[in-house]
Amino acid sequence: MAPHDLRRPFKRAAISDQQKRRELSLLRQEQNRRDAQQQARCLASSILSLQSPVPESEPEQSDIELETAPEIEKESGTLSKDLDVPRASKLRGPEVRKWFARQLMLPEWMIDVPDRLSQDWYVYARPAGKRCFVVSSNGTTVSRQRNGSILHHFPSALPAGAKTRDSSGSGQSYCILDCIFHELDQTYYVIDMVCWNGYSLYDCTSEFRFFWLNSKIEESGACNPPSCYHKFRFSTVPVYTCDQNGLYAAYTGVVPYVKDGLLFYNKHAHYQTGNTPLVLVWKDENCSQYVIDTDSKGEIPSQQQVVLELQDNGKLVTSDDPPVLFGYLDGDIIQKSGLHSGNLLRFAVSDGGLSFVDGKLDKADLNYLGKANRGRAFADSYSKVVFQFTVRHSPLKIDDLLASINSPDDQEKKPCDVEMVG
Amino acid sequence: MEVTQVLLNAQSIDGAVRKTAEESLKQFQEQNLPGFLLSLSVELANEEKPVETRKLAGLILKNALDAKEQHRKFELVQRWLSLDTNAKSQIKACLLKTLSSPVSDARSTASQVIAKVAGIELPQKQWPELISLLLSNVHQLPAHAKQATLETLGYMCEEVSPDVIDQDQVNKILTAVVQGMSASEGNTDVRLAATRALYNALGFAQANFSNDMERDYIMRVVCEATLSPEVRIRQAAFECLVSISSTYYEKLAPYIQDIFNITAKAVREDEEPVSLQAIEFWSSICDEEIDILEEYGSDFTGDSDIPCFYFIKQALPALVPMLLETLLKQEEDQDQDEGAWNIAMAGGTCLGLVARTVGDDIVPLVVPFIEENITKPDWRQREAATYAFGSILEGPSPEKLLSLVNVALTFMLSALTKDPNSHVKDTTAWALGRIFEFLHGSAVDSPIITQANCQQIVTVLLQSMKDTPNVAEKACGALYFLAQGYEEVGPSSPLTPFFQEIVQSLLTVTHREDAGESRLRTAAYETLNEVVRCSTDETASLVLQLVPVIMMELHNTLEGQKLSSDEREKQSELQGLLCGCLQVIIQKLGSSEPTKYVFMQYADQIMGLFLRVFACRSATVHEEAMLAIGALAYATGPDFAKYMPEFYRYLEMGLQNFEEYQVCAVTVGVVGDISRAIEEKIVPYCDGIMTQLLKNLSSNQLHRSVKPPIFSCFGDIALAVGEYFEKYLMWAMSALQSAAELSTHTAGDDELTEYTNSLRNGILEAYSGVFQGFKNSPKTQLLIPYASHILQFLDSIYIEKDMDDVVMKTAIGVLGDLADTLGSHAGSLIQQSPSSKDFLNECLSSEDLMIKESAEWAKLAISRAISV
Repeated sequence: MAPHDLRRPFKRAAISDQQKRRELSLLRQEQNRRDAQQQARCLASSILSLQSPVPESEPEQSDIELETAPEIEKESGTLSKDLDVPRASKLRGPEVRKWFARQLMLPEWMIDVPDRLSQDWYVYARPAGKRCFVVSSNGTTVSRQRNGSILHHFPSALPAGAKTRDSSGSGQSYCILDCIFHELDQTYYVIDMVCWNGYSLYDCTSEFRFFWLNSKIEESGACNPPSCYHKFRFSTVPVYTCDQNGLYAAYTGVVPYVKDGLLFYNKHAHYQTGNTPLVLVWKDENCSQYVIDTDSKGEIPSQQQVVLELQDNGKLVTSDDPPVLFGYLDGDIIQKSGLHSGNLLRFAVSDGGLSFVDGKLDKADLNYLGKANRGRAFADSYSKVVFQFTVRHSPLKIDDLLASINSPDDQEKKPCDVEMVG
Repeated sequence: MEVTQVLLNAQSIDGAVRKTAEESLKQFQEQNLPGFLLSLSVELANEEKPVETRKLAGLILKNALDAKEQHRKFELVQRWLSLDTNAKSQIKACLLKTLSSPVSDARSTASQVIAKVAGIELPQKQWPELISLLLSNVHQLPAHAKQATLETLGYMCEEVSPDVIDQDQVNKILTAVVQGMSASEGNTDVRLAATRALYNALGFAQANFSNDMERDYIMRVVCEATLSPEVRIRQAAFECLVSISSTYYEKLAPYIQDIFNITAKAVREDEEPVSLQAIEFWSSICDEEIDILEEYGSDFTGDSDIPCFYFIKQALPALVPMLLETLLKQEEDQDQDEGAWNIAMAGGTCLGLVARTVGDDIVPLVVPFIEENITKPDWRQREAATYAFGSILEGPSPEKLLSLVNVALTFMLSALTKDPNSHVKDTTAWALGRIFEFLHGSAVDSPIITQANCQQIVTVLLQSMKDTPNVAEKACGALYFLAQGYEEVGPSSPLTPFFQEIVQSLLTVTHREDAGESRLRTAAYETLNEVVRCSTDETASLVLQLVPVIMMELHNTLEGQKLSSDEREKQSELQGLLCGCLQVIIQKLGSSEPTKYVFMQYADQIMGLFLRVFACRSATVHEEAMLAIGALAYATGPDFAKYMPEFYRYLEMGLQNFEEYQVCAVTVGVVGDISRAIEEKIVPYCDGIMTQLLKNLSSNQLHRSVKPPIFSCFGDIALAVGEYFEKYLMWAMSALQSAAELSTHTAGDDELTEYTNSLRNGILEAYSGVFQGFKNSPKTQLLIPYASHILQFLDSIYIEKDMDDVVMKTAIGVLGDLADTLGSHAGSLIQQSPSSKDFLNECLSSEDLMIKESAEWAKLAISRAISV
């Protein structure tokens, strides 16, 4: 038996360049194979259907925008379950507006602080501007506001967003982005991503969507300055984990846009069309110009105003599902004013205000003002009414939010990562 | 036949005589194998025969039992097992008898043959009496037979795996071996044979090392043997210690202090073969501790498999000075001798490992040595100091090293130009490379290289490329890491101003007369590649200018006619380097649209050159050219189809290259590249490609690592050609199905598990490609019969719970593809599958984004399939 060789590499790099080239080749092939697979999957008919997961009968609710949406018709007929975006883009008139109007995820107003903010939530400063859906397909890009009306029709660097020389994308490729159009710098701020290059993100958690959003938008070139094939700039917003630092950064941080409150996203929430308690909006004077509702003249009325829906038996309810009961309208008024079930009515909150028992609305001192603006489609949501009420009386302050992150209560509710062995 | 004469003739100087003898041996073997083997064993055992024929007889016998190539070995084993039992008994009797021959060569040959027979028969529960026969020999016979018997036991332990021999026999073997090693054994040869036998038997001693008393005994005897007056015994004993350090690391604590004393004495005083082993012991301990610490990170909890005992950290104050001493024992020209290995090199290597094991703690122990020696007039001291500096750069934190390195950098740059000694310059250039490798780059917070010194660094390195080949090679290496550090620098690289000069200097190096020495030419091209890889858009036009330059170089290699085999080898090597360089350039320029567009003007000519490189060889294809063609296909896209008529024969040749399996694997990858590039235009070549791939799969000669990529390649082709794949569907699916059955279980070591997972991944990628390829075609229903098997496969690998992340991602994707393509046909099958739902949920909540992405897709596809 000969002695065993024990030479070790000396003054040598551990890996040869040839080996490196081989590995890089393999890496490239792997990447290309993945892309080819991905492309094949994106052509799938199955993911193109974007039917709303919300039941047809669910009433629509108002967005956080204060300007009321004009000319939204009431529920009119049903939409095909199998409606997909390429087909949806061929819809015309009220149908298409209706369809798009139902695709947005709408936040509730923050009336109390959710548990586990720092673990389960993201926060970012909402840009002030028009909330809209941006859809790119077939070499063009269309932005539609919440009421379905077209804001812009333009070429963009989004996949399938412009007719360019090298547009290799198939006819079926498309994107749907949830944006806010910020007038001042003429920029679309992308606040959420619903579909990317034919790939649906509806059923993905917001954690995943934000990750995807940040990596894809940038690499698509959509953030580049406007050019011939790219009329408007897109931009992402800085999203923070909602710990003390993150919340503080979102609240005070300098951003290139005018802020309109803070939006809180639950990390585990999917993109759910309609109202959801898993996205919350909160505002104060420091981070929004529109904290307290204004009237049609843009002035703050001395008393809070609410819009409620009249139901049978004179019930006055919010737009929530299930609706929250605010009281009953006197039979005389109903008769005198010729009101009937389904009308939206405007009330002022009188000196008695709203009173709560065990965190639930107990009594509301309401004063009937008249019918709501014809443009209104829905009553106010419960969270909006309560938020507006507390803003006028005892607002939820930023310090309360910051404190709740640090409170022992919050700490206690944390699940224990360490398994006890004893 | 007169065997002796034939065997003598087979060793004749006269070629013709030799040839005739070999022929008749071959004939004899073919006509009567048992008779042939028997007469060889008789020859070996016969004391009256000349030693040369006995040795050769034994050697032929040994070669009839074992071969290097797996499939050949398997055949020989089967052949022996089916041989006439009577003949086998007689052969074995001859072999055992030879162990007591007075002729040492005969004994030694017999030992090896016995071990080979044991390697075949013991796992089959045959020859049960062998071990007891050998053991009785040890106790009775004269010394030379005892020596041969111990040697046989050692070889036998090398041949068979520990689970084949039961513990009772293991105990007896170890007892005999360790007794033979002990100081009381008077015969040096016996003691040496026993010590070497223990080296092989250590793997059998798991149970004995867990028994305190037995372990103490073995360790005591091994340590005593390191003090033997016979140098070969000391060396063999240290080899045992090295082996113990990795096999029984966790049992070493009680002995480590004694071992340190023994090794320290050996390193300082013993002969080099012994002191090298003594250093290797500590290098091996470092290897163990680095592995443990890497695996468990710093938060070691105590309930993991093997704890870290921090032997190196504890020995540090004594170990480091011992290693530093060795650095001063350099040989004059070791840096120019490729095969050199001496105590200074071993000590330096060990010092580097120690630095990686303990990190920051080593720095204060080495710095005084550097400071004391770095400016001394004796070159040995300067070189040792520089080496010590270079070897501690990996391990300690950048913060700990920063101030030291900042001072050293200036000093080294000056030494590299001014030191009169070539060895010192060699080590200095190497140390600079280590600085750039470990302390330069986007991961390091405070940069060592600044605008102020970058110019000087580049100038000095380019200057050193004109130095002797070994120094120039190290300077290239340093430049390699300098460039690598700027890989992620962003749109503008500090090397941009020097790009042209660097490229020019590297090309000049490749043309040096002496570029063949010290791997200099290779190093220069490798550095050029890295400089190109890490370049930015600013220098894209300069990279483009490089294309015709390298093409011309490649063209020049094709001019030579009638080359000698030596020249041919050199030509092939140079072509490899140039194709490698073109591959890197193609990949670089192909990655952005504007440069790709300009580059395309060269595509035809480059492809022409690659084809001519292939034509330089008759039977094999050039791996580097093949890799480069893959990159070219990717860059060219559908246009690559026009090269296929000419290129196809080389593609086929590459797929047939079983011997150089790397070439085969690379070619399989290129088939994938081409499929994606030209899609359905690959159809005319598919018959040939698919046939060859299926052949490769069924061959037991092809290295197993090529099989997973072949399956993936099925997927690539299916995706490219769509329903046209129907032709191959039945064959491909049946190959996939049987491979799937084999890869369900991973029982085995980590390496086997890893292989099984790569096999699974290949199989699953094939399924994905097939499903996506057939989607929306009228022939989708052809896939329905395979669905339940695929679902079963997914179920079973899910249940095994040993998928890695890559397999998990691919597997959940296949579930989606199946649902997507088969729609309602798959819906009920998926609902019936026992684990699809759990598997999907597990993937949906995975931390891995790729898995999650595939799972989200699968979820959609499945909900669609179920709802319809």
